[in-house]
Amino acid sequence: MTATIIRRLLQTGLVVLVMSALVFAGLYVIGDPVLMMASPEATDLEREAIRRNLGLDKPLWEQYFIFLSKAVQLDFGNSFLTGESAMHLILERMPATLELATLAMFISMVVGIPLGIYAGLHPERLLSRSIMSGSVLGFSLPNFWVGLMLIMLFAVMLGWMPAGGRGPVEDFGPIQLSIFNWEGLRSLILPALTIATAKCALIIRVTRAATRECLPQDYIKFARAKGLHERRVLGVHLLKNIMIPIVTIGGLEYGQVFAFAVVTETVFSWPGMGKLLIDSIVNLDRPVVVAYLMLTVVFLAMLNLIVDIGYTVLDPRVRLGATAS
Amino acid sequence: MSRVVEPMQLDTAVEAGTGRVATTRWRRFVAQFASSKTAVIALVVLLLSIAAAVFAPWLAPQNPFDLASLDILDAKMPPGSTNFDGSLTYWLGTDGQARDVLSAILYGMRISLFVGFVSVTAAFVIGAAVGLVAAYFGGRIDAFLMRVVDMQLSFPSILVALVLLAALGKGVDKVIIALIVVQWAYFARAARAAAIVERNREYVEAARCMALSWHRILWRHVFPNCIPPLMVIATIDLAHAIALEATLSFLGVGVPVTEPSLGMLISNGFEFLLSGTYWICFFPGIALAIVVVAINLVGDHLRDILNPRNEV
Repeated sequence: MTATIIRRLLQTGLVVLVMSALVFAGLYVIGDPVLMMASPEATDLEREAIRRNLGLDKPLWEQYFIFLSKAVQLDFGNSFLTGESAMHLILERMPATLELATLAMFISMVVGIPLGIYAGLHPERLLSRSIMSGSVLGFSLPNFWVGLMLIMLFAVMLGWMPAGGRGPVEDFGPIQLSIFNWEGLRSLILPALTIATAKCALIIRVTRAATRECLPQDYIKFARAKGLHERRVLGVHLLKNIMIPIVTIGGLEYGQVFAFAVVTETVFSWPGMGKLLIDSIVNLDRPVVVAYLMLTVVFLAMLNLIVDIGYTVLDPRVRLGATAS
Repeated sequence: MSRVVEPMQLDTAVEAGTGRVATTRWRRFVAQFASSKTAVIALVVLLLSIAAAVFAPWLAPQNPFDLASLDILDAKMPPGSTNFDGSLTYWLGTDGQARDVLSAILYGMRISLFVGFVSVTAAFVIGAAVGLVAAYFGGRIDAFLMRVVDMQLSFPSILVALVLLAALGKGVDKVIIALIVVQWAYFARAARAAAIVERNREYVEAARCMALSWHRILWRHVFPNCIPPLMVIATIDLAHAIALEATLSFLGVGVPVTEPSLGMLISNGFEFLLSGTYWICFFPGIALAIVVVAINLVGDHLRDILNPRNEV
């Protein structure tokens, strides 16, 4: 077990290293930031000075090496635009994305699991089929489309919620959250619903598949034969067992939500990390883009690792060593 | 999900040379497909959309790219209004540049579907080739190729496409490249999974005994048997590709303004949405949703029939 975890850790490290090289090389091809920063009337000499200041005159491998040694200290340089630390800019925006992603996952779990269990228990009923068809809608409709429709319906036509932006925030130590006040929650609900639509569809499908797999098992039959109340059979014996795939998928999806928030945040002008990424790409603000991508790489890689290990802990039948060989 | 899969491999092992076998297999497939009304309706809707896109120049009341036919006074007209001499009815209204929204949708559909089909076909070919080679040779080649696939898939497609397009710039061709890059890995994984099963079957052994070259064995013998699961992936990926292209165009890194796809039209209409001019954004959105959902419903049913068991 320990050996497996160490091996997986090493693999994860390798993945992160390779991705860092790819990110760095990829970003190097994106436009020349000097052209953007210097005024159009700048002389070649001035441009050269900026280039030297940014360290862009050094050979590529040296730039990469400097980048790497600074990256392990979480220093990705300063934003070309604002001069602030790129890492700081991202961390500043992180709570906004965090509360959005968390609320979205919460909604999709609360709605998705009961619907999925129902569809799994009675696969032939009309309602179950509607749920399943609905789930196809949920994950096939593009995210931004769902957002637009929600804006049109709830913001423009009904006027119940704001069409974008983030409500007033409250300080919780170093981080600011808007989820705990009514106005903030009102502006959070539409973007969260947008993300939840897609994730909910997935949770429904996973739950249904897991339920159908568990139902014919002996422990369910035995629980029923013991004469346990149906509520207990489903609520304890079934739920415990279907939670394994749901937690796995849910965990992986939580990471994806962070990345996919790019689209939703743009639609709703939500001041999170995703909006920052888009703005930075448009403005060729290289340090911020690199910092964002590196954080995402590490975050997703760690999440994969945790889910893998968590899987083993949750389900004693799965042994990492056995499957990895 | 629980439908029993017909033992296709038995027929194919006999080489589908005789027409009779092929016909019955095809008929069985058609009969199975027709068993779901939803899927049949979705297929019809999809075919109609494709026809509308292909014949857009003849169907559209107006050429939205022909500036001469646009009259700026007709901008932002609500659905059902007519132009000044009544010769043209804007059934779905006009946009900010006085383009007929219906015509723009038909032309936009053309670009969306074109990007989708081309990128999926290319991703199919590249992915299948990589997957087959990985499965056939195994060992280090397999391990290396699959690690590349794993790495690619561990990254959300939207992020990869965004960064790629930021590097490449705008353009229909560049969007296609980005879509191929984010999609080939799905095909590679599915092709490998299917080919690993096929690799150990007798007909491959027989082909090896006859000293056929490896590419001939892969292409003529293994590949045809891997097509069913790949077709399922291709269908669902087509919907993904169209939705992803729309998303990228919406974010402003996709197709250029001169060649507006559905996503671009939605993006253009977004600024008018908040002021209540809903139709510029709404109708292209509906068109996009119809196409994407129709493809997904067809794909969903195909998966039930062909059951490759490689996704949730």
